[in-house]
Amino acid sequence: MNNDIVSSLRPALVMTLLFGLLLGLLYPMAMTGLGQALFPAQANGSLIVENGKVIGSSVVGQAFTSERYFNTRPSAAGSGYDGLASSGSNLGPTSQVLSDRVKEQAGAMAAAQPGRPVPADLVTTSGSGLDPHITPEAAFYQVERIARVRGLEVEAVRRLVGRTIEQPLLGFLGEPRVNVLDLNRRLDALSARSAP
Amino acid sequence: MTVQGWLLIAVFVGILLALAKPVGLWLFALYEGRRTPLHAVFGPVERSFYRLSGINPEEDQTWRRYAVHMLVFNALLILMTYGLLRAQALLPLNPQGHAALGEHLAFNTAISFGSNTNWQSYGGESTMSNLSQMLALTIHNFLSAATGIALAFALFRGFARRSAAGIGNFWADVTRITLYLLLPLCIVLTVFYIASGVPQTLAGTIDVSTLEGARQTLAIGPVASQEAIKLLGTNGGGFFNANSAHPFENPTALTNLVQMLSIFAIGVGLTYTFGKAVGNTRQGWAILAAMMALFLAGTTVTYWQEAAGNPVLHQLNAAGGNMEGKEVRFGIAASALFSVVTTAASCGAVNAMHDSFTALGGMIPLFNMQLGEVVIGGVGAGIYGFLLFAILAVFVAGLMVGRTPEYVGKKIESREVKLAVLAIAVLPLTILGMSAVASVLPAGLAGPLNKGPHGFSEILYAFTSAVANNGSAFAGLSANTPFYNGLLGVGMWIGRFFIIIPMLAVAGSLAAKKYTPATAGSFPTTGPLWTGLLIGIVLIVGGLTFLPSLALGPIADHIAMIRGQLF
Repeated sequence: MNNDIVSSLRPALVMTLLFGLLLGLLYPMAMTGLGQALFPAQANGSLIVENGKVIGSSVVGQAFTSERYFNTRPSAAGSGYDGLASSGSNLGPTSQVLSDRVKEQAGAMAAAQPGRPVPADLVTTSGSGLDPHITPEAAFYQVERIARVRGLEVEAVRRLVGRTIEQPLLGFLGEPRVNVLDLNRRLDALSARSAP
Repeated sequence: MTVQGWLLIAVFVGILLALAKPVGLWLFALYEGRRTPLHAVFGPVERSFYRLSGINPEEDQTWRRYAVHMLVFNALLILMTYGLLRAQALLPLNPQGHAALGEHLAFNTAISFGSNTNWQSYGGESTMSNLSQMLALTIHNFLSAATGIALAFALFRGFARRSAAGIGNFWADVTRITLYLLLPLCIVLTVFYIASGVPQTLAGTIDVSTLEGARQTLAIGPVASQEAIKLLGTNGGGFFNANSAHPFENPTALTNLVQMLSIFAIGVGLTYTFGKAVGNTRQGWAILAAMMALFLAGTTVTYWQEAAGNPVLHQLNAAGGNMEGKEVRFGIAASALFSVVTTAASCGAVNAMHDSFTALGGMIPLFNMQLGEVVIGGVGAGIYGFLLFAILAVFVAGLMVGRTPEYVGKKIESREVKLAVLAIAVLPLTILGMSAVASVLPAGLAGPLNKGPHGFSEILYAFTSAVANNGSAFAGLSANTPFYNGLLGVGMWIGRFFIIIPMLAVAGSLAAKKYTPATAGSFPTTGPLWTGLLIGIVLIVGGLTFLPSLALGPIADHIAMIRGQLF
């Protein structure tokens, strides 16, 4: 037993250093170099730059709460879409807090669209709190409001949503979805074109 | 439930079954120490590692020496990580300026990563510097995975060798598995993840001016290189707090599929490797069949429950399945599937918040872990855990037909059965004991976010996850306290090494035995009867122990949910 321990000390110590160097430093550094060389856009966060300003990332969600824009889902990340504090609500199925929150939000939505059930994703928080997408149903649900607030034709806004829907890969990988930042940028462009 | 959802599950299982043989053969080459095409690249690295550390890779170690070298190495790695985390503020590559971790959090985190658990009492982006993520944590992701596979090899040798004193060389196993399997695969996976939108940079944050005119700061870093091993090594410790639900960790449905496949790939391959090692691949397929049956049953329940949704929310005019805690790009099917995969294996990565699952949908992940994560299981740990159940199963079969039990050519005698029972009993004793303590002490009761039975589920899930070395959570629990960090840290240590030691003793004891050829009177350990017996033993021995605790947690929660009772 003692002999086993003594014989283990040198290999354990040296292997810790060698593997630390290889796996902890060399590997991530080499991958960083490779990533920056091959796919610099993705490696740096898939950023969208407009007029020299970073306005978002095409993979991460940002908050849209005003009635001029298609709204994103509620978020439990910090005070909402906090990129430094990703989180879900972690509220369970029998939580009074969850029920109250959904009731309030569904009520507010339903006031604008009486008689139509609210798509689930619009009143639930995502796992990350940074979900960039909503379902096509959730986007179509907001079309009338957007058209009214922006003075656009309902049909034009509806077509815009239709064009923005991303379909599942090969028909089954992933869900039909709408990237909200993408949709709202197109919406701004549509408004600009329609302006007299 | 939708056709597309079931198609995803079918394609996932199809790819896995197709992977079993090629991955298994590659692992078999490493098991035997044979040359692979990758030796041309990493061979010099392997030899220089041996030379510098004075290792003779040909030395055949007894089970005791194998165990001691494994323990000393892992203890040293855990100490190193503890030191790095405590000194974080003084070290470079900390663009976010994160402070050092406190004692109990560093203790918990070092054991967590060293035991292949990756329970996270902290939020990654708000706690860990880039150096900590890379050096202190990623190194464990590789080496705890390599240790798990090495231990499985050691047990395979116990079954395969005849009248032998040794069970292989720990250093050679770990080095070969790391250099010829984990590292090369991770390089390929990292490039794929980066191309798909996972960041890989040394920067810390990015400032964004949003369309609505607000400011948003996004945490970023060397994510892809850690993501690759996080899944492949069934570690599960995320770069970000939200883990694989975070769009930077898991941006598309395709990365999600690759992540789920990564979790299972090595575990599935090892069943084939076992068959090769004992000279009959049907032995491996019989084990895989039992695992897949348990896996599909669990997937069906969780998918069904999540798709059915929460009746409490339906009453409030919110239509559809349960989307609380789920991402739109994955939807119900891919979230339910991921949750079952990650808990069947000892991964613990999550792409949706298990705490917000429906009561029964969230019970399956919990139950998977309580079975000991032997449904495919963690890399190495899954198959050696399952083989302990197999020893118990032949023992039970032997009692029923009145013969000395045999398994793959080895007589299973009193010593092996005792050791197997000892290893299997560690899990329920520790999980239930610690959960009971936390359920009565004020420091434990301060933890849960949710009230009622779901609050108890949060406590039970935490100790189950820690002791079973999973690392996923009902994350509403406030676990970053001295009480939980301490107790969970001890639980993770017990759950890892108190199973490994008796398991290695079984390996040593088996290796010393003579070969006993199967006769007409031997109980056949291939075919459906055996597979059925295995499933029965896993469910009865592994699962039944936990039924009362499940009744107090998720089952009570379910009854409240359908009656509309809130807490």
